[in-house]
This record gives sequence, structure tokens and C-alpha cells, in this order.
Amino acid sequence: MTEDATQTRTTTPPTATAAATRPDTDTAPAATVTVNGAPRRIDAGLTLDALVATVTAAPRGVAAAVNEDVVPRGSWPTTTLGDGDRVEILTAVQGG
Amino acid sequence: MTRTAPATTPAPAPAANPDAAATDPAADPLTIAGVRFSSRLIMGTGGASSLEAMERALLASGTELTTVAMRRIDPGVHGSVLDVLHRHGIRVLPNTAGCYTAGEAVLTARLAREALGTDWVKLEVIADERTLLPDPVELLAAAETLVDDGFTVLPYTNDDPVLARKLQDAGCAAVMPLGSPIGSGLGIRNPHNFALITEAAGVPVILDAGAGTASDAAQAMELGCDAVMLASAVTRAQEPVLMAAAMRHAITAGRLAARAGRIPRRHFARASSPSAGVADLGRAPDPERPAFS
Repeated sequence: MTEDATQTRTTTPPTATAAATRPDTDTAPAATVTVNGAPRRIDAGLTLDALVATVTAAPRGVAAAVNEDVVPRGSWPTTTLGDGDRVEILTAVQGG
Repeated sequence: MTRTAPATTPAPAPAANPDAAATDPAADPLTIAGVRFSSRLIMGTGGASSLEAMERALLASGTELTTVAMRRIDPGVHGSVLDVLHRHGIRVLPNTAGCYTAGEAVLTARLAREALGTDWVKLEVIADERTLLPDPVELLAAAETLVDDGFTVLPYTNDDPVLARKLQDAGCAAVMPLGSPIGSGLGIRNPHNFALITEAAGVPVILDAGAGTASDAAQAMELGCDAVMLASAVTRAQEPVLMAAAMRHAITAGRLAARAGRIPRRHFARASSPSAGVADLGRAPDPERPAFS
């Protein structure tokens, strides 16, 4: 999911949440992705599995798309994220 | 002197109604894409004041199929509509509410399939925020794509007999025409179109949107609909549980009425008591009394 790397890294300092996803900031290059519309600094190469785990622990009822492509749950551990990736993490809510 | 209680004879058991089973909704199931439902009420969950209020309304409605929307996950929210549906064995029907293009709707349906493990989708492609009316061009395109992708598609559509036929021809498992705009409570604005749709349809026709009260739901069934989908009429009623029960009964009543076959409408009265054998009670014949017929 690194094919769309045209977005330049922002200078926004990492948020507390983002820092939690970067426990080892000295060894991995940073990347900026968009998670549900909000920018997030991560370690380049972070897996989708690890990213979703920072948002929800729900074992079911959650789906994710990266750059408008659905990523099946079974592929989350092997899907790595890079600069500029747009991640949407959805669940079911009351509606209709 | 001693008294003994008079011997009582037990009341005879009431005679069994031989037609009880035939008028039970369970004997007349709704079938969508091969799946049978005893209830012909599809509930939405939007608009409820709380999960607990929603749960009570769902139980009162007797629904077996209920819609949810797909939205960005909110880590601060605890308790899930999915838990409620799962607890009561209610099948989940994800919708694509909020989508304005075929592409958005297809992606939302695929995310719902991944998240919820169902290939059923209530397809909504909206054209306009103010009316929430469907965009027929985008709707048909999305329906074709999703059917090709193996989805069981239930499209929210205009009350247009031509579009309903095209959606059916595209392989949709049902058609869900709107009675009036979502949440408006204006009932069925074009009953004639509904009759045209239900007469021609080879798949279930489900009133979707517009029901405001129980008589609207009964009317839909009398017009030949196979089921009714509603949310706001119940969740935004002053007493959602009571309205949910009212809808349940109205749909059962309307369905029975449709199967029974209503009497033709007449311009004048038609006596239901015999005209022969009326006693002579001293009334003089009145040559001035107007006679119709």
C-alpha cells in the first residue's frame, strides 16, 4: 500500500495517540497516513492489524479499507502502511 | 348445620378454531432470496434515543431483519447495535446510507460484507440531501455491480414501476420503493404506482420510507406489498414500544386483508340484512321517498 507516496510528510508534531503507535521512534522512518479522515504519524511499515488495534479491540464487526480498497481481515497482519495511505476503519451503527 | 359447597361442573372447553393456523403469520412466511421470515416488518435502528430504547422497540416489533449503517468507528462508544441484534437472533441488513455515487455504495457494501459476514445489502444511493430521494441512474449501476459481485441486493428505490422492473431485471432480490421521503411520515403518496409495482413484480416488494403510523403500513400490505421497512415512525414516536407493536399488528392485518380480497367499492348502500320478512309496523308507504338504484 505504498504506491501512493506523493504526499509530503507534515510538520505537525505527533499526537499522544500517534506516539503510542511509534514505540521505537529512533529506528523506523516515520510516515503520515490518514485514519478516518485525521492525519496520524506512524512508523513506515506499520501493519494494518497493529493500526486497527490502536482504535478498537472488537473481534468482529469491523472492516478496513486502504486507499478505497477493502482489505480482508485475514490480510491485515501482512498489509503494511506507508506515507500518504488513506485508511478507513468502519463498524455498524444504528441507522436506516 | 353443615354446609357443603355446591358441586360445580367445569366449563366446557371452547371449541377449537379450525382456521387458527391459517391466519397465523407464521403460516404465511416472507421469502427473500430463499430465506424465510415469519415477520413482514423490517426495522431500521436509526433515531432511537438509546440502545436500550431501540432494543425494546425491536422486541415489540417482532422483526427478524433489521438494518444498520456503516460508519467510522468511534473508540469512545461502548455497546453495539450488533450485540443487540445478535442477542435476539435478528438478522442484520447493512445499508449504504449516506452514499451519493455508485462507487461509494459498492465500496460501502463490500466493507459491510467484510465487517458483518453477510452478502445482503440494503442499497441506498441518494441524489439530494434535502429530499433523500434515490438517484436512479447511480442506483441501477450500483445494483448491477453488486449483483455481479454475488450480493443479495435490496434497493431503496423511487416509486417508479419502470425502475422497479429494471432493478428486478438486474437481479435484485427485492425492490423497496419509497412511500414518501425518509422520515417524512407522509405515508404512501402514490398508491396507484404501488399497485402497478406489486402487480408486476416477481420479487418481494417492500415499502421503504414514509410510513408515519400503523394505517400506512396496513395500506402498503393491502396494496400488495410483501413487507414494510420503517424506522422513524417507531423510533421517533412518543412511545416507540407501542408504535412498534401497532406496526406489527397493522402489517399482519393488512396482509390478511390483501389475501382475503376486499369487496368492490359501491356508489350506494347494499343492505346486509334481508329485505324480505320486514314486519308491518304501521308505516305508511311514502310515494315521495326517493328511490336510488
